[in-house]
Amino acid sequence: MSDVSTLSPTAEAVATQVESLTYAKAINAALARALEQWPEALLYGEDLAKPGGVFGVTRGLQERFGAARVFDTPISETAMLGAAVGAAMTGARPIVEIMWMDFTLVATDQIVNQAANVRYVSAGRLSAPLVIRTQQGALPGSCAQHSQNLEAWFAHVPGLRVGLPATPQDAHDMLLSAVACDDPVMVIEHRGLYHGEAADVALEGPIAPVGGARVRRPGSDVTLLSWGAMANRVQEAASVLAAEGIEAEVIDARWVAPMDWQTVLDSVRRTRRLLVIHEANLTGGVGAEVAAVVQERLFGELAAPVRRLATPDLRMPAAPHLQDAAIPDVTGIVAAARELVKR
Amino acid sequence: MNQAASPPLAATPAGDLEALAAMYRIRMLEEKITELRKQQIIQGSVHLCIGQEAIYTGSCQALRAGDQVFSTYRGHGWAHALGVPLAGILAELMGRSTGVCQGRGGSAYFSAPDWGFYGENSIVGAGAPIACGAALRNKLSRNGAVALTAFGDGAMNQGAIHEAMNFAAYQDLPVLFICENNTYAELTPYRETVRQPDLYRRAEAYGIPGVRIDGNDLAAVRDCVADFAAQARAGKGPALIEMTTHRLVGHYYGDMQSYRPKGELTAARAAEPIGRWRRQLLERGVAEAELQRVEQEARDAVEAAATEALDAPFTPVDTLQEHLYV
Repeated sequence: MSDVSTLSPTAEAVATQVESLTYAKAINAALARALEQWPEALLYGEDLAKPGGVFGVTRGLQERFGAARVFDTPISETAMLGAAVGAAMTGARPIVEIMWMDFTLVATDQIVNQAANVRYVSAGRLSAPLVIRTQQGALPGSCAQHSQNLEAWFAHVPGLRVGLPATPQDAHDMLLSAVACDDPVMVIEHRGLYHGEAADVALEGPIAPVGGARVRRPGSDVTLLSWGAMANRVQEAASVLAAEGIEAEVIDARWVAPMDWQTVLDSVRRTRRLLVIHEANLTGGVGAEVAAVVQERLFGELAAPVRRLATPDLRMPAAPHLQDAAIPDVTGIVAAARELVKR
Repeated sequence: MNQAASPPLAATPAGDLEALAAMYRIRMLEEKITELRKQQIIQGSVHLCIGQEAIYTGSCQALRAGDQVFSTYRGHGWAHALGVPLAGILAELMGRSTGVCQGRGGSAYFSAPDWGFYGENSIVGAGAPIACGAALRNKLSRNGAVALTAFGDGAMNQGAIHEAMNFAAYQDLPVLFICENNTYAELTPYRETVRQPDLYRRAEAYGIPGVRIDGNDLAAVRDCVADFAAQARAGKGPALIEMTTHRLVGHYYGDMQSYRPKGELTAARAAEPIGRWRRQLLERGVAEAELQRVEQEARDAVEAAATEALDAPFTPVDTLQEHLYV
């Protein structure tokens, strides 16, 4: 896959403007730029335009770009995503917000049977350059139908691209990469990050192609691979490990499809140990694919088997203390990494 | 950029004799496909549209270059009525490199956007929301085009159809919903799975026009589609047109049709659209010799297309990985 590239810090230095933005405001800025840059871009979803979205991410965009291009839809995910496929096939560049990842399941047909097939089955005569923006994950009190992490479902589907930004900068950049891409792309955000701490976000930089992991912390003892909000937790765990004298290399995969195998394999070749951490449940998660690929490619070079740390195979309970017991936390990540390094 | 952005070629040319010729070609195409399927030259699921030709021909005569059609898996007739060459369709079903999708779509899922044919769909009802998207693009780019989506009576009970009709209605989209009511939802009479069999009346619930017409009447189909297409182009939004017809063959090739009551097919054959249109033309003074010439030309065209497709090479295996991503 030619468009996979590891991001270098110099790529961002080209940007001319830096603003302190939250994750939500960084997404808003990216959407504004997309609507400005591509006259064929559309933005729609449930409660997205006039109300500005249930998380306030899309505030002000309808006022700025008009109700023809930025509009509210009925609660009809199949119509929303089907319309995105048809609009994209005929020259538009739709960006559709699906309010919760769990809701993609009522319209999976349009994502998997329709969008993912357009280019391949037409032998390249048609394409479906659409973006599905959604958010996922458990937060205290969220029920089992509003907390699933389903990136592996869609990463499994040839024809789709799937990314999970963890920082305001990536929320901005990855969304623009998705809009610029001529294939269907899912950008899975995390609502726990929307209104977190603001960070400097470089705006107006060049738009990178979809793909590319980010090494967030260099280290030599063990590689910790994760994505989405979990990447932030893993970075925290790496600081704890450093205090114990364990130097973990932290990789934020950013995109799980396409996975930046080069960066992952280069890192594990040096550290000889890999711990994959994700909030999605264990069985059939992206971690399983990572373990398989790394063991196929680096079996003789590994000091220990690849280890996965994930939510156990459960339905997600709503009670916060039960959720805490299920989802990998800093203590659990530190313990798993420590054990791996001892081997 | 989609190649489809280039202006599509014209659909079935206007004219009553041209309509007869197109219907003959579609019928004979389906008969040729049956023959090739029997010989295993074509493999897999094949859904034929024999008996429903007036719907495709009449509708496409009422469309303009630039309009888009989204059909069901029973879509060979729609494709050819839009102008997709017979050889390109046959080659597609045979896995040849000259097939409109190089054999990737097959009988049930091919597209040919250069002719405005945005494809068949093998998921019942799924094409309707997609057509809404094309109509949304038409509306926003003010290109004057209309999207047409066709589906069967069975699809009327899919959620996607409901969502699409409401979506098109609230957005005033230039899209025509064509329900080809051939009385069977696959193998089950559609009346057995609904309480209210007047499917067109569902339009009222969406605040859009809904009509039922005789789908075996070429002129009625053409006039009705022309009328609602003009309204859609004028910004008046979508319409639901229920077209009654009969499928004179099974749901798929190999369907034993044991579910059919005795005498049903005999009655349906008497009402089939090609003979009916032919008789009308004869009554209006078209010479029998002229009608025979049209029929023979259709036969020759299908034979020539079959030869051309059979002579074409299979799609090379080394193309397998192409076009998954940009």
